[in-house]
Amino acid sequence: MALATTGGGLGGSLGGGERVLAGLTAAYVLFTTFWPLAELFSAALAPGEDGTVLGVMRETLASRATGRALWGSLATSGLSVLISAGLGIALAFAVSLFRLRSRAILTFLILMPLIVPSQTMALAWIELFGAGSPLLAPLGLAPAAGTTNPLYSAGGIALVMGVEHMPLVFIATRAALRTLPADLIEAARILGIPPHRIGAGIILPVILPSAVAGGLLAFTAAIGNFGVPALLGIPGRVSVLTTLIYQRLNGFGPAAAGQVAVLAMLMTAIAAGALILRGLVLARLAVPLPAGRPFEPTRRAPLVETVLWLVVLAISIAPLVALVMTALLPAIGVPFGLERVSLDPFSRVLANDAVRRAFANSLFLAVGCALVSVIVAVPFAYLTRHHRTLLVRAIDVAVEAPWVVPGTVVALGMILAFLPPLPLVGISLYGTMAILMVAYLARFLPLVLRPVTAAAAAIDPALDEAGRIVGAGLLRRLGVLFLPGVLPAAVAGAILVVMTAVNELTLSALLWSSGHETIGVMVFALQYEGSSTAAAAVAVLSAAMVFAICALATLLARWLPQGMLPWRD
Amino acid sequence: MPGGRWLAGPRKDEPVPRLTASRLTKSFDGATAVDAVSFSIPDGAFLALLGPSGCGKTTLLRMIAGLEVPDAGTLAFDGTIVAGPGVLLPPEARRLGMVFQSYALWPNMSVRGNIEFGLKVQKLSAEARRRRIAEVLEVVGLTGLEARRPHELSGGQRQRVALARSLAMRPGLILLDEPLANLDAHLRETMLAEFRRIHSASGATFVFVTHDQEEAMAVATHVAVMSRGRLEQVGTPEELYRRPASEMVARFIGRGRTLAVEVLASGEGRCRINLAGTVLAFEGSAPVGPGWLCLHASDLAARGEGGHLRGRVLNQIFQHGAFMTQLVPIGIDVETISLALPERVAPGALVEIALRGGWVIARDAAPSAGLAARYLHA
Ligand SMILES: Nc1ncnc2c1ncn2[C@@H]1O[C@H](COP(=O)(O)OP(=O)(O)OP(=O)(O)O)[C@@H](O)[C@H]1O
Ligand SMILES: [Mg+2]
Repeated sequence: MALATTGGGLGGSLGGGERVLAGLTAAYVLFTTFWPLAELFSAALAPGEDGTVLGVMRETLASRATGRALWGSLATSGLSVLISAGLGIALAFAVSLFRLRSRAILTFLILMPLIVPSQTMALAWIELFGAGSPLLAPLGLAPAAGTTNPLYSAGGIALVMGVEHMPLVFIATRAALRTLPADLIEAARILGIPPHRIGAGIILPVILPSAVAGGLLAFTAAIGNFGVPALLGIPGRVSVLTTLIYQRLNGFGPAAAGQVAVLAMLMTAIAAGALILRGLVLARLAVPLPAGRPFEPTRRAPLVETVLWLVVLAISIAPLVALVMTALLPAIGVPFGLERVSLDPFSRVLANDAVRRAFANSLFLAVGCALVSVIVAVPFAYLTRHHRTLLVRAIDVAVEAPWVVPGTVVALGMILAFLPPLPLVGISLYGTMAILMVAYLARFLPLVLRPVTAAAAAIDPALDEAGRIVGAGLLRRLGVLFLPGVLPAAVAGAILVVMTAVNELTLSALLWSSGHETIGVMVFALQYEGSSTAAAAVAVLSAAMVFAICALATLLARWLPQGMLPWRD
Repeated sequence: MPGGRWLAGPRKDEPVPRLTASRLTKSFDGATAVDAVSFSIPDGAFLALLGPSGCGKTTLLRMIAGLEVPDAGTLAFDGTIVAGPGVLLPPEARRLGMVFQSYALWPNMSVRGNIEFGLKVQKLSAEARRRRIAEVLEVVGLTGLEARRPHELSGGQRQRVALARSLAMRPGLILLDEPLANLDAHLRETMLAEFRRIHSASGATFVFVTHDQEEAMAVATHVAVMSRGRLEQVGTPEELYRRPASEMVARFIGRGRTLAVEVLASGEGRCRINLAGTVLAFEGSAPVGPGWLCLHASDLAARGEGGHLRGRVLNQIFQHGAFMTQLVPIGIDVETISLALPERVAPGALVEIALRGGWVIARDAAPSAGLAARYLHA
């Protein structure tokens, strides 16, 4: 029985081990998140060459290119939100209010644009609408050979981003519709109000705040989107903030750091504005609904079901089919025909060293990031439950930042922090796999942390106290008493990280170096060089990998916390 | 004289008390939850911490367990300080047992796993663990359920597992926070009897939090009454009932009533008092001046005529075979008193009341008025 001594009277608190854990987590977050973002801020706020206060910021904001890119970002994102919201709300209504026989599969197909990596989806749309479209050309609907792809335009970017982010609105609206109490609708029916008036007059106002919140989320995603404007906008000469940052950094290197930091701050401000607005909408406009038996659709609607199938055919299936068909042809421009189909493009890309390395790198980064995130998230979630000090709460907020701000901003912060040699060690992380890993760790930690802290919050604190009473130390309580309670959430979060990280493009596009390519970078580079077939083959392989992970997650669904897999109703 | 015999420090010839608290204090965000609480109980005692909701019972218990850090004061087990200026023994090192209100059974472990975890922490051999588990399961009457998971048990069974888990560690001190609150009335009585049996079989000291005085009086060797963070009195159940130290205790225990009286003379354990013009003598040691006469329904009896008090019948309820009657006494400033009558009486009728017993304590002017208002309905 060793006496623990607290310094200075009785003011001390329990748990030296907890304090050590909190300190370690703080150091981790300081290194992966706080430092890079702080470097970014200080670069953006630096004085100009002539020493004027905030000179860099003034210069950058005044430049024509900034104005063009800002306008491009706002216009494409604004337009894309209209598409996301219109499609998302309509699809959510159809899926929720009618009794559909194929609801599960339809829901999955509606969510597919979000599940399939951004650059893969962009590529798929390019192939669908290109002059050599394997689907449209046989119908005579493809643009004439030699003309540019109609998607290489602001409208095209908006369309593809709109479809890609539609699931965000769909998920938000559908969640609201599921909590809709049945008696609200039944009461209206008894009053004899016709169905379409019930929809417009009763249901829509109740779910509108959620739909608007989903729309603002889609807007933030569009502002931060890199894959779509990079593949469509760069050839189409449509400039947006994410691609401008990319091009400046590629063109001028670290010399452009100050300028691009200002652009990144601009993006952060827009995204933060949208998220604050979203919070306000949810807090102010959301109507508290009485708890009640949820509405169960009873009306069969074969016509609606057919229309739904046509829609998912157009937005989810057709682009992917076009992509797969492109990947099955020996070269671009060859019309599609069964006798010409070959798996050559696949064997060729798989034989390519760079491609194989990209797959290995992406898998390593994704799995490593998921594992480290779990190792960090579980003890930290313990602290948020059992040791909620000021420091712990501050960390809890800080870790969200890299997920909330656009990925380009995070990548830029990484370059600014890790391009100079690390203090003490004297080596630079830039140009190594390490900088990618640190960036991934910062960006994807919230995907694990959020479900794990949610699971931890539901745990009775007495379970841990009972462990202390029988004399179990911190590590034992963490491993034996706490971990089993949050393990399903941690696994679910890890799967989400692997799925997202394995096809990451935004961070890798700025941080990769020769020998340290990722799959996303590979697709982008191949397409950029004009090897559409190879790009399509790699994109198809990466999409297949994501579907395999989805399937694995679905198999595990029984053991995962409810509501973790959005495609499972 | 709050505190009874255990408040006094240990004398040379007496054994060292099991648990001693002196001026233990804890506040949350400026609000004092436990206010300078001092008491001490002997080895093998069964202490019930009794008091209305929010009075600080759980906080005091958690300080004893080490789950809460006192702001001031000291706490000693067997004469060894475990919390005090510059000393803080974490709960892991206090070697006590605790039964939580929610039971806090680890859901991922079987009944055996729940009991075994602490034994593994103590590095007992597999054989010793097996014996201990069999032994405590026998004590709590759960033999045969080792392999069940907590969710496969009834409320009463979970309760027993929680107790077995504590007993297996053979602690000298077991803390129980409202262990019966989640059980139905019948099971509660059964478990109370079980607690008494297990207490005497194990020889451990029990500290049992409850806000139910029936429970406390039935099971405890000592009862500590708390009110708004302060310890009002510690004593045996009879002491609290017969010789309450404060107006709050007098009213809280056994539905007592207090009548404002004037103490005329005091000495040799008796007081002469003036009650609404009648001079009477009762046990008590209040100084001359304002006093409280503390009564229970059993101290009152109806008289044909010539009672010490008269009251008007307010209402009656039939309870335990008699008519429990609420009366508004005439001539004294008290809301109501109640006594058992053998028959029904019309509301508004006058009843003569004789006082067969009572206990006199001092009355301070200001604070007791607030207390009286607060505990009127306790
Ligand atoms: N962790 C805490 N933070 C802030 N205030 C607290 C905390 N724990 C207890 N309190 C406050 O301290 C006071 C005493 O609480 P405590 O839980 O000890 O009461 P109790 O006697 O156990 O009540 P009950 O019978 O309702 O369980 C209450 O006013 C309560 O609100
Ligand atoms: Mg309590």
